Amino acid sequence: MTDATALTLAEARDALRAKQVSATEITQAFLAAMEKARGLNAYVLETPEQALAMAKASDERLARGEARPLEGLALGIKDLYATKGVRTTAGSNILGNFVPAYESTVTSNLWRDGAVMLGKLNNDEFAMGSSNETSAFGNVVSPWRRQGSNTPLVPGGSSGGSAAAVAARLCLGATATDTGGSIRQPAAFTGTVGIKPTYGRCSRWGIVAFASSLDQAGPIARTVRDNAILLRSMAGPDAKDTTCVDLPVPDYEAAVGRSIKGMRIGIPKEYRVDGMPAEIEALWEKGAKWLRDAGAEIVEVSLPHTKYALPAYYIVAPAEASSNLARYDGVRYGLRVPGKDIVDLYEKTRAQGFGKEVRRRIMIGTYVLSAGYYDAYYVRAQKIRTLIKKDFEDVYAAGVDAILTPATPSAAFGIGEKGGADPVEMYLNDVFTVTVNMAGLPGIAVPAGFSSEGLPLGLQLIGRAFDEETLFSVAEVIEQAAGRVDLPQAWWA
Amino acid sequence: MSVDQATVRRIAHLARIAVTEEEVPHLQGELNAMLAFVEQLAEVNVEGVEPMTSVTPMVMKKRQDEVTDGGYADVVTGNAPMTEDHFFLVPKVVE
Repeated sequence: MTDATALTLAEARDALRAKQVSATEITQAFLAAMEKARGLNAYVLETPEQALAMAKASDERLARGEARPLEGLALGIKDLYATKGVRTTAGSNILGNFVPAYESTVTSNLWRDGAVMLGKLNNDEFAMGSSNETSAFGNVVSPWRRQGSNTPLVPGGSSGGSAAAVAARLCLGATATDTGGSIRQPAAFTGTVGIKPTYGRCSRWGIVAFASSLDQAGPIARTVRDNAILLRSMAGPDAKDTTCVDLPVPDYEAAVGRSIKGMRIGIPKEYRVDGMPAEIEALWEKGAKWLRDAGAEIVEVSLPHTKYALPAYYIVAPAEASSNLARYDGVRYGLRVPGKDIVDLYEKTRAQGFGKEVRRRIMIGTYVLSAGYYDAYYVRAQKIRTLIKKDFEDVYAAGVDAILTPATPSAAFGIGEKGGADPVEMYLNDVFTVTVNMAGLPGIAVPAGFSSEGLPLGLQLIGRAFDEETLFSVAEVIEQAAGRVDLPQAWWA
Repeated sequence: MSVDQATVRRIAHLARIAVTEEEVPHLQGELNAMLAFVEQLAEVNVEGVEPMTSVTPMVMKKRQDEVTDGGYADVVTGNAPMTEDHFFLVPKVVE
């Protein structure tokens, strides 16, 4: 057996069943790789004992011929997912040494299907960020570098640890979450594949809440097929989340490789934003050509309210965050800073426990929800959200099966390069992805080429609600046409 | 719309986040940058548009009103910074 860390999740699954490798061997290979890659800061907690115990149990099941769908497959878990008995922080000091007494539904589903947990992955604090620079554990370093340069780059965010770990071969796949682009943008920055499923497809129970009407769980992995395999296990009904739909989960993997002949793919003209780099524009055209060559019909479509999605998001998301994060009060769990009275205790705890970006977003959210401003900001933003959703519904009603856009406005940038003076500069990273959260639709980011500096670039496909299958079929065409990404050599090891 | 420094202090207090005097001007600048960014929403005609209240059109799931979980106060208080006999301890709030 060659290096087990080089396998895709699907290859590892097949090798395990063919008894070419054991779950213990795969797990040990990843644990060793993780140890050497600590400089990337992708994992905030390694759980080797638990991983090896889970792998041993998987090997026993494999030996008995009782393999479950993810038997023995080693995964990293974003530190936003509550894991029973394993510290869960959301990348924040305010959760400190919080050790959940319960397991999130999505991770429960993964363990039910036989997966192995390697550890917890770094992320922007409370998933608020696009570069993984707001984490209380410090930034994640991307395994990618510009050609001929040693400048450390961001892996994107907020699921930066997930994307970096997959790209650096520190796990077969990872869980992630996406509120405005936090799965798709880091996937695009690291040459990996990530899908944000339809709102309601995966349970949010046990995932630290950021903006409840936008948050959705999903995987990041090396290939489209790997994403399909993981999502099938992650998704499904859950009585504990009233927004989680009671729909059966399709066999997503069966959609990988299905013909897209005759499908209509929309190209939204409003995504041709001012100042779009020529290489992003060229990548987009190349993607459209690949789909046309595979038999799809490419049509121009219009999503007129696109430009309002990002500003409306920066009302809705902070408003919901300010409400969700009110629970961090220094009383029931996490950090507590003593005060002269209860209000003083709250104010000191929250000032010290939350990082700068989180404090800023709670404050903007508090402002837009405060008396006298609620209608002007929050209600107006929710009305605009209705219009954004209707734009998509009109396009799909006209017979379009999926929409093709760039995933990000640029390749990965350097650590410390963006958002120093003006927070909006960083927020613009999500300009192509945030519309999808506002409308609750599924979106997948798939690698499609490289920048002039040798960094991966991704395309995004947006689907109809609960039609992730079409996204897997179309994304597979792009992946095949673009060719498998050669992940960076392990310069960090 | 923009906020003045008194408003910044008022929002911080509503949000229960202590701010120092040195932080106020900086926060004011950042909040105003965000408010300037969202200003463009004023140009959208939202006449007669319903605000989104449910992302996916669905009837909210309901269940029987019965106790399905609980009975483990030690677990519930297990992560609390200060407890006594399964109560969360806070500074005196009633005189």
